[in-house]
Amino acid sequence: MKLTIKYFGLLAEITKCNEEQIEFSGNLIVELLDTIFLKYPTLKEKDFQIAQNQILATKETEVLATEIALLPPFAGG
Amino acid sequence: MDRYNRHIILSEIGQEGQNKISNAKVLVVGAGGLGCPVLQYLTAAGVGTIGIIDFDIVSISNLQRQVLFGISFLGQNKALAAKQRLQDLNNTIKINAYPEKLTHKNALTFFKNYDIIVDGTDNFATRYLINDASVIINKTLVYGGIYKFEGQVSVFNYQNGPSYRCLFPTPPKEGAIPNCSEIGVLGVLPGIIGSMQANEVLKIILGLGNVLSGKLLCFNALTTQTTTLIVNKSENEINKILSNRDSFQETKEEFGCNFSPPEISIEKAFQKSNVQFVDVREHHELPKIEALNPTQIPLSEFENNLDKIDLEKEKIIFCQVGIRSKTSVSILQKHNINNSYSVKEGALEIVAYMKQLQKQY
Repeated sequence: MKLTIKYFGLLAEITKCNEEQIEFSGNLIVELLDTIFLKYPTLKEKDFQIAQNQILATKETEVLATEIALLPPFAGG
Repeated sequence: MDRYNRHIILSEIGQEGQNKISNAKVLVVGAGGLGCPVLQYLTAAGVGTIGIIDFDIVSISNLQRQVLFGISFLGQNKALAAKQRLQDLNNTIKINAYPEKLTHKNALTFFKNYDIIVDGTDNFATRYLINDASVIINKTLVYGGIYKFEGQVSVFNYQNGPSYRCLFPTPPKEGAIPNCSEIGVLGVLPGIIGSMQANEVLKIILGLGNVLSGKLLCFNALTTQTTTLIVNKSENEINKILSNRDSFQETKEEFGCNFSPPEISIEKAFQKSNVQFVDVREHHELPKIEALNPTQIPLSEFENNLDKIDLEKEKIIFCQVGIRSKTSVSILQKHNINNSYSVKEGALEIVAYMKQLQKQY
């Protein structure tokens, strides 16, 4: 299945794009992350949350939606 | 009242709504990029009691985005400077300026006097502290965070809703996420995000519209896109915070720069030998104390001139009243430069003390 992955904040700087399409054939978010980390190894070190179709998910959540967002916390003010 | 006419003629607000605004008490933590627009709009709107906490001082690099300040405020404490500007904007409201650092020890005392807390800070240690204190004392928290060209806004602990820890359970590793001073920020971005925070505050006070609770709004200034994510409450995270309630005030501050900087009296300072005196007042401030041969580094330029600090000597730092000198010691601690003391008193007291010494001998 083709997924749209959205990257925010410093994650988008690592991937050099705000969003992209990724082909994914697994079941869980954790498997999807492995696929993404293979492409961008430095993402592995970063703190972020994952949302699918705008709802926060955990690593064990099943991938059901086609839009996944990776969201880091922002320190600045 | 003429001042609030444009609010009052809105049928959704009216005199009744304006009275709610006048009776509201809002505490803004941090008078920086986010805090300035929040404070400006809440003051203009007539929020009856506004508190401002900030230990930092106004420096020239702040003026690109911190719109309450001008060059006449350089070197002054931000909470006090903001109060001065805001009281001119609206002299009918009460503004409490607290020129100090928010800590686990003082947070609950500050928070209990206000209805709504606004997070305008620039570091994770304080963000988690604000969140946990808000949960413990059951106050609504209006959150904003920025990164270069992007911002986040949400409302936490609103009518039993989720908290910041339900979104991000634990703080990232120190230094993992840079802040504005390290990496830069588009000046107008905190203006947009801070205005959104002010909007949430007013909606909460007025009971109007849909409050951004259980949702995180993400804004990208370059694409002008907003994405709203759903944040669910985690009872587990909330319970963890509440279970630490009794020991909260004894919690050690997470980062070195949050420790209260060491202070010294003039008398004790003069008993030391092999010291470097540092005057952190701006160049125009008087009286000069040439007899001490102080190194002059105005606080507004302090962090860029750390090479002038003598690492071999004990540092005795003074200013006009003893606030900026404390900030300077915190900055030194942040850079792992220890053996520095902030003189409790100010320049005038130092001059008086030296005169007294001369009389004795």
